[in-house]
Amino acid sequence: MSNVAIHVSDLGKLYRIGTLPSGYRTLRDALVEGVGGLLRRRSSAVRRPSSDAIWALRHVSFHVEQGQVLGIIGPNGAGKSTLLKLLSRVTDPTEGYAEVHGRVGSLLEVGTGFHPELTGRENIYLNGAILGMKRIEIERKFDEIVAFAEVEKFIDTPVKRYSSGMYLRLAFAVAAHLEPEVLVVDEVLAVGDAEFQRKCLGKMSDVAQQGRTVLFVSHNMSAILRLTEETLVIRGGQLVMRAPTPEAIDFYMTSGMSQAGERRWELDEPAIVAASPFRPISLRVTEATGRTTGQVMASAPFQVAFEYELAQDITGLRVGLYLFTSRGEAVFTSFDTDDPLSFEEHAARRAGRYVSRCTIPADLLNEGRFVLGVNASSFRIRSYFTDENALSFNVDGTGSPGSHWAERRRGPLRPALPWEIAEAMR
Amino acid sequence: MVQTAPGGRAVGRGFVMEVTLGAAGREPAPVTILKPARGWASLDLKELWRYRELVFFLIWRDVKVRYKQTLLGAAWAVLKPLFSMIIFYIIFGRLAGIGTDGAPGPVFYFAGLLPWVLFQDGVTKAGASLVAGSNLITKVYFPRMAIPLAAVVAGVVDFMVAFAVLVVMMISYGVHLTGWVWTLPLFLLLALVTSLGVGLWLSAMNVAYRDVGYVTPFIVQAWLYASPVAYSTTLIPQGPWRVLYGLNPMAGVVQGFRWAILGVGEPALGLLLTSTAAALILLISGMVYFRRMERTFADVV
Repeated sequence: MSNVAIHVSDLGKLYRIGTLPSGYRTLRDALVEGVGGLLRRRSSAVRRPSSDAIWALRHVSFHVEQGQVLGIIGPNGAGKSTLLKLLSRVTDPTEGYAEVHGRVGSLLEVGTGFHPELTGRENIYLNGAILGMKRIEIERKFDEIVAFAEVEKFIDTPVKRYSSGMYLRLAFAVAAHLEPEVLVVDEVLAVGDAEFQRKCLGKMSDVAQQGRTVLFVSHNMSAILRLTEETLVIRGGQLVMRAPTPEAIDFYMTSGMSQAGERRWELDEPAIVAASPFRPISLRVTEATGRTTGQVMASAPFQVAFEYELAQDITGLRVGLYLFTSRGEAVFTSFDTDDPLSFEEHAARRAGRYVSRCTIPADLLNEGRFVLGVNASSFRIRSYFTDENALSFNVDGTGSPGSHWAERRRGPLRPALPWEIAEAMR
Repeated sequence: MVQTAPGGRAVGRGFVMEVTLGAAGREPAPVTILKPARGWASLDLKELWRYRELVFFLIWRDVKVRYKQTLLGAAWAVLKPLFSMIIFYIIFGRLAGIGTDGAPGPVFYFAGLLPWVLFQDGVTKAGASLVAGSNLITKVYFPRMAIPLAAVVAGVVDFMVAFAVLVVMMISYGVHLTGWVWTLPLFLLLALVTSLGVGLWLSAMNVAYRDVGYVTPFIVQAWLYASPVAYSTTLIPQGPWRVLYGLNPMAGVVQGFRWAILGVGEPALGLLLTSTAAALILLISGMVYFRRMERTFADVV
């Protein structure tokens, strides 16, 4: 047990709805509530999970060993940030227990406490102190931080004059030079240009290699894949899975979706109501025989059929598919009226029920799991309906091009391409 | 293997800090225990002491920003009490003819205004400080008391600047320093204690109820007239009344301050003791209330 860095047991955090969206109360509200409370004869003296309270996180238990880099993924509002806030002591748990061994550095936002009027130099000291660094520590690393941020020339300029890129680089640089035993990072890589993100990722993997324990929350699946070996999936405040990262991402991207090759939309889902007059009905993956399936052969063509209903005529409608890998990388986008002739023919679609059917040719996809999304829109007029995680299916690579070599091929595609082998001219 | 042995154990704010020896014994790696906090929290001033560098940097930031953003910078530290002094001199000194214990009017008022402005700025700035620093509170852990504390102490710089002006005024009016001038820092400290006590109450309440921000100016204004800034404590009848008057800690501060540098009035020991006790009660109750509310700050602010 001596090398456990974080031990979490049955942790929970209850938010009163009134306090959630940073809505402050006025004294009057409190007085009214107080009087009301007296009249009700203090029936609710014990904290009870009433209807105006929600559990942002509940029954979460896990442990992290020293030097482990753990990813945390989940949809927005799943409780990821709440978990990090609890572990970094920003807020107290409502129930449960957790133990963190070692100093915790939390990076819930870059540039926390930066003051626009202060110079780069002054902000390095201030921000460092806020993040928990000692003054001598900051002094020792000062040059390194400035060099990493590439702001040498502007170090004595107020940061309000910085470009947003410089500002971010400086903010990240300070945070990256923290040296706590446990580092808690929330989505800091969502900002900045590609170059900067690469640099941050590089620094993060350095940190991971120095044997420090890192908890890393991100929506960037490729960053999670690159930096972590194990990942927690959190949904609805619950820990639903802990697995090696590729598995966890695969589960996250495809869970909640039908595995049987068919997805149906219910009438009362809010997104469906909002899509009117377009109403999606179902999405199906079918074999050449017409059978609906969650598993197709790469070596044979198969079809994707999207059934929908129009409550009234729609002009310029296009209905299409997105194909993603299970890691969330886009493979392609295709619409039923991509062909200009077809677009002309279906310029105005009458009210009624339709099926848009797309044939995916044989020998195009590599083996693995894919995710289908759908979209219905009138270009530059209105997007009626989008569901990027509509359905997932598996591709069996038996008989794919080159399968006489038993090896995995890289990339989401494994197309049969025309090759020519000729003797070169001298 | 390095044996980890539990060391000192202090309970506070629902966190139990256990100090254990970390790998290779270079630095102790603290173990933080997180669990729901119940009831009243201990003051845990040790934790605040561990974060003293942060307090210093926050003070330094407040001072720096205050002087950077304004056109006149340090001049404001002088102008504010100077204008009040002129008004008091005209209205209370000339029109109302209220006595100044024999000291020159301008010096009398200015000397009273210095600790008062320190108190007033401290209370106002501390009261708003937590809400202004909400981005810090919701993102990073540190003892929250550091924020209002820094806001109060940062006012000392303004005080020093204005004090230099007071010295110049005293020289030009030919007022001699008393032998009791060494007690001045004690009254300064009493002003800070009072200011922090009130500031802690207001800042913690302000997080949950923004009404506090509107009420503060009225409280401060009423408090000004309840304190002997524009008049002398000699207006208050001798005996038990004057001791009772000391329940307003600022009465003791302002009175003592004038006495220490101008030698006007008298030490008024009874009043002073009451004021000191009142200030300490304000500070301790403020700290207790603050610590109690602290754990909800990040969720409510």
